Amino acid sequence: MISVTEESGLYQSQFASLEKSLNAEPSWLVGVRKAAMDRFSILGFPTTSEEEWRFTNVAPISRIPFKPASSLSPRLGVDRVPEEFVFGSWPGPEIVFVNGRFSQKLSSLQGHRSPIQIENLGALLVSKPDLLSTHLSRHAGYDEHAFVALNTAFFRDGSVIRIPKDTVAEEPVHVLYLSTAHEEPAVSYPRNLILAESNTQARILESYAGQDSLYMTNAVTEIFLDENAIVDHYRLQREGIRAFHVSTLQAHISRDSNFSTHSISLGGALVRNDVNVVLDGEGAEAVLNGLYLGRGQQHIDNHTRIDHAKAHCSSRELYKGILDERARGVFSGRIIVRQGAQKTDSKQTNKNLLLSDEALANTNPQLEIYADDVKCTHGATVGQLSSEAIFYLRSRGIGLESARHLLTYAFASDLTNRIKIASVREGLERLLFSNLPGTGELETPHERPD
Amino acid sequence: MLEIRNLHAKVENKPILRGIDLKVKAGEIHAIMGPNGSGKSTLAQVLSGRESYQVTEGEVLFEGQNLLEFSPEERAREGIFLAFQYPVEIPGVSNTYFLKAALNSIRKHRGEPELDAMDFLKLVREKMKLMDIDQGLISRPVNEGFSGGEKKKNEIFQMAILDPKLAILDETDSGLDIDALKIVANGVNVLHAKHRAVVVITHYQRLLNYIVPDFVHVLVNGRIVKSGGKELALELEEKGYGWIEEEVASAVPVR
Repeated sequence: MISVTEESGLYQSQFASLEKSLNAEPSWLVGVRKAAMDRFSILGFPTTSEEEWRFTNVAPISRIPFKPASSLSPRLGVDRVPEEFVFGSWPGPEIVFVNGRFSQKLSSLQGHRSPIQIENLGALLVSKPDLLSTHLSRHAGYDEHAFVALNTAFFRDGSVIRIPKDTVAEEPVHVLYLSTAHEEPAVSYPRNLILAESNTQARILESYAGQDSLYMTNAVTEIFLDENAIVDHYRLQREGIRAFHVSTLQAHISRDSNFSTHSISLGGALVRNDVNVVLDGEGAEAVLNGLYLGRGQQHIDNHTRIDHAKAHCSSRELYKGILDERARGVFSGRIIVRQGAQKTDSKQTNKNLLLSDEALANTNPQLEIYADDVKCTHGATVGQLSSEAIFYLRSRGIGLESARHLLTYAFASDLTNRIKIASVREGLERLLFSNLPGTGELETPHERPD
Repeated sequence: MLEIRNLHAKVENKPILRGIDLKVKAGEIHAIMGPNGSGKSTLAQVLSGRESYQVTEGEVLFEGQNLLEFSPEERAREGIFLAFQYPVEIPGVSNTYFLKAALNSIRKHRGEPELDAMDFLKLVREKMKLMDIDQGLISRPVNEGFSGGEKKKNEIFQMAILDPKLAILDETDSGLDIDALKIVANGVNVLHAKHRAVVVITHYQRLLNYIVPDFVHVLVNGRIVKSGGKELALELEEKGYGWIEEEVASAVPVR
């Protein structure tokens, strides 16, 4: 067995060499990084004896000597974004990172009508670091989360997206992280900061995609919504099948703001997503949707935490999992209603569809309610395709395989239908239809009622 | 078209059908009536291939072929349609997508070209008009949130689109108000044709005020115990099933 000291030793020595290159960074940030590193040294990687990691064993991550992707040279350069990772041409600004580093060549930030300011963190840290001090690492806490601590200590680049006061961005923004194959196991630490100032509206897609190799992505996204801001956020995870993907999204939303986030997990061998939202102003609304698809031996863990800190807020959460072969899905949804957060209206649903006898789903709703005039409901199901529905389709002439395939697709459809960026929704529908288990002889359904 | 010989079937080891004999020719309308639990719905499910029902004896020939060897989808493709007693809700699949997929599976099997979206829509519009079905029903997900009457109308609409040779209506009339009942009956009458046979399974005589059967069969305890013309239905309406059950009890030796 590897001791905490040994496994964190690798990261300590990596941090020591990183520290030497941090001269250009402001002292506050260097201080934050050191504190985060210290915290990681104490925490070590989580074990399954910790409640939050009970079903997810990250020992494989701790055993592999990952090196920062920025210190390695990839096998092949990338001169364009592989077609399989995008859904046609993107209708707005696009910022692309390859192995955690900004790629000017692949990005498309000019020539758009969008009022949104998009910059890469790596450059901002050098040119205008103090702009970041109000929010960077102010939201995503690293005290209790070893991976957030590691990201905070090691991040080099990422996106900074600012939606200036009183603007509506018609075009969606795409932030894409591509991982390519390396000779050695590589880790990248994408770091995103999204700031929606008051009276704004924007749509943002974060994508993570990678080639088939042994690598890790440890991503942190911090989102702040000022009063009356509306942000519709998507997270599409299509890592390579041997990849490790750990992410934290921390959103802090203010009075009358409206935040929705949709987490779609398709790739990765071991995946853990934390989505934490604090509703910190009256009238704020949060929507958390999630769709996870597992096959082979994939392990996908989604932890969400909705913190109702103020009165008159609402949250809606729907996570659905489709698990085939020996895949395992974990859902843990915590809803906290603080004292004084009266009239909170919160609804959480988790549904899992198991397509094989060996697939497994764990679902764990947790409600902590400290106010007395609230409406909170939660429901969770784990089930198989309905034999009645299968028979109904077959009795109309649709073959068994197609019937199963269509019903599986339909299970996901109330989530895909909620995707408001048309190219993402349609692209994902095609992707799901062709990737779901079963050989569908049918065409992709594209009609929708609206 | 359909020939059932000495059909025995059980569900969860409980014998339900105990020797059914029935011949249905193209163009005919047959009504199968009987008290609750007599095996009416089981017969419908067995004919359409529901796997939870086990045939233990006898045979079913459909156009000379051994129907019992066919999967449910093969039976549908061969031209058998079951209007469900309890139509299933399929959230996330629109009625039109579902029907187009079903129709094209059937057409493919028959060696006919698949319909494209345009031709299919044309067919849908034509049948909607014929069946008196409104557009709202068509674009919604299959049966989701439909009222009982809407579900039954949707079954009849599906029948119209899929154009089966043999339509089996399993208690399609149960729970319908008179307006929905008329739409359902009208649908059957409009589709009544020389090349098509219809088997109407019902508990009540009421539907037969609107659909006139050529033959009425009474199913009791898993057997057809009496057959006759449409007047038999009226007799049943007047006298109930008791007298037939008594007749059967006295005629069949107790085992």
